[in-house]
Amino acid sequence: MRLNSKKNLIWMYKTMVKIRLFENEISRRWPEQEMRSPPHMCTGQEAIAVGVCASLRAVDQVIGYYRGHGYYLAKGGDPKALMAELYCKQTGSNGGKGGSMLISSPKVGYLGSSAIVAGGIPIATGLAFGNQIQNFKKVVVCFLGDAATEEGVFYESLNFAALKKLPIIYVCENNGYAVTTHIKFRRANPEKISEIPKAFGIPAYKIDGNDVEEVYRITGKAVNLALNGGGPTFIEGVTYRWYLHVGNKLDSTTGLRTQKELETWMKKDPIKRFEKQLLKNKALTLKDITDIKVRIDKLVADAFTYAKASSLPARGELLTNIYA
Amino acid sequence: MMGKDGKVIVMGQSAEQPEAMFGTIYPAYKRFSHKRFFEMPLSEAGITGWGTGAALSGLKPVMTHHRDDFLLLALDQMANHAAKWSYIHRNPVNWTIRAIIGRGWGQGPQHSQSLQAIFAHFPGLKVVMPATPCDAKGLLISAILDPNPVIVIEHRRLYDTIGNVPAGFYKVPLGKAKVVRKGSDLTMVAISEMLLEAGIAAKVLHNVEIEVEIIDPRTIQPLDKNTILKSVEKTGRLIICDTGCKDFGVSAEIAASVAEDAFGYLKSPIKRIGLPFGPTPASYQLENYYYPGVADIIKAVAEILPKDQAGKLRNLTASEAEMSKFIGIF
Repeated sequence: MRLNSKKNLIWMYKTMVKIRLFENEISRRWPEQEMRSPPHMCTGQEAIAVGVCASLRAVDQVIGYYRGHGYYLAKGGDPKALMAELYCKQTGSNGGKGGSMLISSPKVGYLGSSAIVAGGIPIATGLAFGNQIQNFKKVVVCFLGDAATEEGVFYESLNFAALKKLPIIYVCENNGYAVTTHIKFRRANPEKISEIPKAFGIPAYKIDGNDVEEVYRITGKAVNLALNGGGPTFIEGVTYRWYLHVGNKLDSTTGLRTQKELETWMKKDPIKRFEKQLLKNKALTLKDITDIKVRIDKLVADAFTYAKASSLPARGELLTNIYA
Repeated sequence: MMGKDGKVIVMGQSAEQPEAMFGTIYPAYKRFSHKRFFEMPLSEAGITGWGTGAALSGLKPVMTHHRDDFLLLALDQMANHAAKWSYIHRNPVNWTIRAIIGRGWGQGPQHSQSLQAIFAHFPGLKVVMPATPCDAKGLLISAILDPNPVIVIEHRRLYDTIGNVPAGFYKVPLGKAKVVRKGSDLTMVAISEMLLEAGIAAKVLHNVEIEVEIIDPRTIQPLDKNTILKSVEKTGRLIICDTGCKDFGVSAEIAASVAEDAFGYLKSPIKRIGLPFGPTPASYQLENYYYPGVADIIKAVAEILPKDQAGKLRNLTASEAEMSKFIGIF
């Protein structure tokens, strides 16, 4: 992260592909019924996780939510531990206790997530507050969805972050849906989410969430602002999730979203788009792309093998770590 | 219900969608449409307050939530406001909340809680837990008609059960338990989904001539303590099976009441079956250790029966048709 330009571009490309191929394989193997926790796929939304994390340093911290496989991988979480958690094994990132919705990796700064919408927002805010009090030069990123902006704690946290000039970046992945309900049925002024933080004096940007370089650039600005005592930033990345809210079906199969809408967005695939750009700028060759895919395919396969071979948690694990 | 009473409205996420609340509201939505069904933003605290206000305006809102865990976001409006409004402002708040207890497939710590004890603790709230399809309909109708704030907690596993449901309009009274099975050897109070486990345990025990009296409380608040006491006076032994944590839950309330009011009738200590004191793990392996089942109930029964009866349980064999998880624990 914060590598020199070309290395960074390649890192971003590889990481988006990594997320995509993991989600693809999870989806493909889902019918085997061995990954027994509800998977909330981020396919289609990879540019946000990756663009943001590319701007962060290892010391910076992320709080996510239940659609978190992308944040976990982009922040540097171990893919083997991710898959083991999905397979409910002892070697999982959370010991099999959290499942897909509640993965985390504190050692790489992916501190935690919540399966309750907006539950992580005040926590991320408090983390930034604590960092500020102790003069830690760290930035906190809080990922949230569009529906999370309907919860009260969102407003409470924006106010507090603005008031205290907290070193935090709120990144809203606006994919337009809460489960199957479109934002126009849930929110007054649905085009204006990013106007809300401005009422608190927080700089806010509404950007194309599928343009990984734009996400990276704006996050970079926000990181600098935070580190220089300038306070919070809000970034709204407009994007689309290809799958159902949960599970491995494309939404259009249930008739709740149209095939046409899905296809329109699949044409705006953030990975294909970036790939085209990199080829054009000769940052990558076609051979590079193939090599990358081969290597990531192996990474994915190894992670699944590891997960399947790991043991399930022992009975003695049931009541561990409840209290310190 | 909505046909009879034009004041009933439904508020909730995906209220206009087929899969909401496991498909239980879509048929009504198709009939009454968005004039009576209102999609809600993700704002549990807001929704509950809006529901309270709508109730004060004369409507009878039914607010739906896909997990009772989410009700914790609504708790201030439920407990500090709606529960106390009648007491403070002399105006009852007529709303109903439906929420689901999740279980299995890695629902995990934040999608599996069974929180009836918390809601039952607030004077002014009523808490209902149907365990059969017939009661699910009848209790919901009574809950909507009841002029107080009522929370109906439905268990995810019970959605798959099949039972006789009378057509048309009927009420199952709140605050009235049901003696589901008569027996003379011990009393088993089984709450919500535990009624299924209790039923299987009773069949197994019947095979060795131990007869269990099963009571389904149906309403947690107000609890029909009289029915439970009458049964304990008859059998002298009590096991309580709850879907929540054993510690600090509904079974503790029932046990304490019986100890206070029927102490002289007890022939053995009261036993409680509930979840261990820990969050629900996601891993299915740990789920197996977490959720008590028929085997745990029978073990508890063995501990409170007199020696000669308990001895019969040693040679227990189970027929596949009657047992779901029982693997022979002795």
